[in-house]
Amino acid sequence: MVVAQVGCGIFIAHWEGGLRKNKLENPWPDYFSEGKNDSEDSSLRFATCQLLWKQINSETEKIQEELNKQLFDNLISFLRQSHSEFQTKKTEWMCRMKSSEIPTAALVLGVNVTDHDVTFKSLSEVLQDNVTPYVVSLQAKECPGIKHLLQKLMGQLMDCCVDVDSSEEEECVNISQKKIRCSMASLSKWYESVTKKTGSETPSKKRTSSSRHWQSPPIVVIFKDMESFTTKVLQDFIVISSQHIHEFPLVLIFGIATSPMIIHRLLPHSVSSLLCIELFQSLSCKEHLATVIDKLLLTTQFPFKLSEKVLQVLINIFLYHDFSVQNFIKGFQLSIVEHFYSQPLSVLCCQLLEAKKRVNSLSHNQCENIRSLPSFRRYVENQVSEKQIALLTEDSFLKEVTQTLLEDLHIYHENYFTVLRCLHVFTTSLPKYPLGKQIRELYCACLGKRVWETEEYGSAVQLLRMLAKDELVAILQKCAEIFISSGKQFSNTVEKLEEFLARFQNLEGEHVTYLGFHSILSVEELSFSYIPCCSFRSYLAPAEMQTLNEVVYFNTANTLREHLNAAPRIALHTALNNPYCYLKNQTLKSDVGCISNTAPDICIVYKLHLECGRLINLVDWLEAFSTVVTAVEGTDPDSVATDQVDEIIHARFIRAVSELELLGFIKPSKQKTDHVARLTWGGC
Amino acid sequence: MPNFEHPEYPEATLLHLESMVPCRESQVSSLLSIFGERQHFSFPSIFIYGHTSSGKTYVMQTLLETLELPHVFVNCVECFTSRLLLEEILTQLQSLSSENKHGSHVPCDTFNDFVRLFKQEIITQDLQNQTVYIVLDKAEQLREMEANMLPGFLRLQEMTDRNVTVIFLSEIVWELFRPNTGCLEPFTLYFPDYSIGNLQKILSHYHPPEYSADFYAAYINILLGVFYTVCRDLKELRHLAALNFTKYCEPVVRGEANERDTRRLWKNIESHLKKAMQTVYLREISSSQWERIQQDDGESGHLKGLSAHAHVELPYYSKFLLIAAYLASYNPARTDKRFFLKHHGKIKKTNFLKKHEKTSNHLLGPKPFPLDRLLAILYSIVDNKVAPTANIFSQITSLVTLQLLTLVGHDDQLDGPKYKCTVSLDFIRAIARTVNFDIIKYLYDFL
Repeated sequence: MVVAQVGCGIFIAHWEGGLRKNKLENPWPDYFSEGKNDSEDSSLRFATCQLLWKQINSETEKIQEELNKQLFDNLISFLRQSHSEFQTKKTEWMCRMKSSEIPTAALVLGVNVTDHDVTFKSLSEVLQDNVTPYVVSLQAKECPGIKHLLQKLMGQLMDCCVDVDSSEEEECVNISQKKIRCSMASLSKWYESVTKKTGSETPSKKRTSSSRHWQSPPIVVIFKDMESFTTKVLQDFIVISSQHIHEFPLVLIFGIATSPMIIHRLLPHSVSSLLCIELFQSLSCKEHLATVIDKLLLTTQFPFKLSEKVLQVLINIFLYHDFSVQNFIKGFQLSIVEHFYSQPLSVLCCQLLEAKKRVNSLSHNQCENIRSLPSFRRYVENQVSEKQIALLTEDSFLKEVTQTLLEDLHIYHENYFTVLRCLHVFTTSLPKYPLGKQIRELYCACLGKRVWETEEYGSAVQLLRMLAKDELVAILQKCAEIFISSGKQFSNTVEKLEEFLARFQNLEGEHVTYLGFHSILSVEELSFSYIPCCSFRSYLAPAEMQTLNEVVYFNTANTLREHLNAAPRIALHTALNNPYCYLKNQTLKSDVGCISNTAPDICIVYKLHLECGRLINLVDWLEAFSTVVTAVEGTDPDSVATDQVDEIIHARFIRAVSELELLGFIKPSKQKTDHVARLTWGGC
Repeated sequence: MPNFEHPEYPEATLLHLESMVPCRESQVSSLLSIFGERQHFSFPSIFIYGHTSSGKTYVMQTLLETLELPHVFVNCVECFTSRLLLEEILTQLQSLSSENKHGSHVPCDTFNDFVRLFKQEIITQDLQNQTVYIVLDKAEQLREMEANMLPGFLRLQEMTDRNVTVIFLSEIVWELFRPNTGCLEPFTLYFPDYSIGNLQKILSHYHPPEYSADFYAAYINILLGVFYTVCRDLKELRHLAALNFTKYCEPVVRGEANERDTRRLWKNIESHLKKAMQTVYLREISSSQWERIQQDDGESGHLKGLSAHAHVELPYYSKFLLIAAYLASYNPARTDKRFFLKHHGKIKKTNFLKKHEKTSNHLLGPKPFPLDRLLAILYSIVDNKVAPTANIFSQITSLVTLQLLTLVGHDDQLDGPKYKCTVSLDFIRAIARTVNFDIIKYLYDFL
């Protein structure tokens, strides 16, 4: 397990660094195969894992791009507008009278701060591609003062001027060598020189640059974390730049995590009246997550699946702790790595055709692995005895069966998601959402157990019977659409559905008495809700019941929880209270209550301090320590029980206590001499 | 007959000057008499103060430019270090007489260097026989620079032994400036706020060319009637006037009313201006959005202001952390037992508390609390068990970065950091409602 953790750690670290390419390809398979036989296809597993992640990663990027598109388009049109005002010379009376405000976009991104980096990165890329080369992003921690802010600003601007055109490089170097004075005046001088230069470029160059950027490109300054900036820095910056707004087009973007009210809290009216603030809101992180789950999990595109518990862990971390979609994806990535690392049969976790091919080349060891899968054993038990023997003894027969089983699994998934979506259409239209509003809740419920046996399902069906007719018709139409879009396998169902729908429509046309109409309707409803029940049952059987589900489902939720939702305090307490847990030294095995003398000094000191109150008397503590330690060494206590403590023991005690102080359990106290204050309470 | 009389300058210039500075005649004439003739030594330093947009900067600039006096105009906010400030003054001085607009860069680190370079520059520019004016706008920034800056500028005439006058422009009174050492009292001059009549006069002065002055003056009159109570800032008023003028003209453009039909025009604009006061004046919506609304004929229902988006969505435990922090900030620590222990017994409010705790804690503002107390309250208000995972702790930190909590004391306090909760009661009630937590029941003030 330890090895696994180390392996994953490195894995993640490299991937986060964006080194998805082959640079470090060699060391990784070693981790995969370490301590194991290569007959378990570790290198192949590794390759599969990498390929899968690559696909998933590109998919997530695509999702992100699509989700941000609307927001970015709005932002760009805002920039264009503010910019056009700058271009039209202010001759008109109206323009002369209006105070020239700095166009400002307040970009509300939500509290999931970890996701913002990606958004800002793609935002500045989009801006640099379409609008202007001069995009600067500032972070609060880099700008404690106005001086640092301007330094950072000018530094980044001069750099991006290098990016635009290599011929300008020399010029820029010259400027920066002169140690530019960080003032707005020099900035506007710089802007003038840069725009003049691009204007007088050779025509060919001009065409390329003007097609990408606007004529006099605005300088966009992005404040990534508005909340953390100090009021003074922001105010000074805005006041200074408002004096120069006529000289170069400046646009500010405030990245706001909480609410736009923060602008009023940070800036007094005299400053905010210099701004022309427009609000832009990004998609909420919950919607983002829903899209990610929809595109990554509720699809047969990727063979890898999460079990209920794992999915629950990931969703809980998201909902309870951070709201971060990035972290969710990282957790998903970790599960992929963990699955391919720990499950030898994960080699079959790939597209169906490829998997079938791979089955043929499985080693004997792997066949044994298949035989030992719980789901496979269950399958074997249900076969006739001759087949049982064949399955357990003949590798080739096993492989044949495995191929068909994999195919079954694939079909199961294909049907599963379609039916799940249909069920979701039903459940979302119910009052109070007994089965959850989001499809992810429904998915979790269906993954874990037979959903039709739960209480919630019962109440859902009851509510369904009470739906009005037109509601029901709308739902059924939606379902029909889903079935049609999913492909051929549901053509039967679609037919039946359409038949029902037609009969409903007919009912509308006939003039039946109210009572009669009602009874017909209720019968229809009953029969209908019975039919989907049957189909739901066969299609939405929990994944655990499927043979060979272990191949594609990752289900060790505990590992994931340990990694993603670490509890350092508990770990520290366990280490100090029960050192055997980590050191695995037999002599350290001890009963719960007593203090073992063989334990490391710090553990003894820690255990003793747990028994003390808020203030700990050092002398008493030392005495207790010495008693414990000397009892270990087996010398008879009477001879040592003088008031003199052995010097070595004293030194060991001092060291242990200072180690404890370093760990933050105690601190020196000024209230009483020779006492230290305890900083932690309770078991952990 | 011009208001200003001065033997030095021709009458035409003075008349022109007078037309440029409406409602500031008395200040300008006293300044003129202080300045005296070109070669006269003037006061070493003049301190001009007055409220925002009472015309200090504008008057000084107009005066110095119209009379073509040698001057340097520096904004102290822009030159945020002493070095930048001194260098800026020298650079501007260089470009005073010579044609080249960009004077070469002069390195100048200390005030001593500045005095030396300043003397040199006066000689090279041949300005010995005239008063040179240095105007320091937003002079309150000087107080945050090195201690010698302000006294240095006050005594610049004495130290350089040249004919120079330093003019400070500030929004605060001189008493708040006065340095401890080396102070030479400047001549102080107060620019009073513009009265409503003044504002009317100044604003109507710049009427649009398409319309008559009377028509515009009537508009300004209505505008001031609405806004004068909340805003006397000339710049802001001018901006608002420009923003809403098209709406005012609408009936005239459509031919429904003529320019003299003031009553109808007033009916048309008044509610519009009131709406502007609640939205665009507070910068709840931006000016350009406001203009767009006007063009789309007043349907602003779909456009919500910044404050309308007060709702903040937080992760589940963050909500509880914030609630716990709020309780810890506004309840006395001694009452925790009563709120969070099951068998707390009955404690009477009056006997139980010390005198100073009887005043409303909400009036006193949030109090700092240690991390331990926050966690203890968190554990008791969350229904299910919360493990003290790394995520919980990082959530506290992210609440601090979101400015919903603030760290009290030093950043590097590892042992027992203290926090304060900075959110409002309304905000926390909205949060508590989403997790079905009745926060009022747990607040000592509302017992």
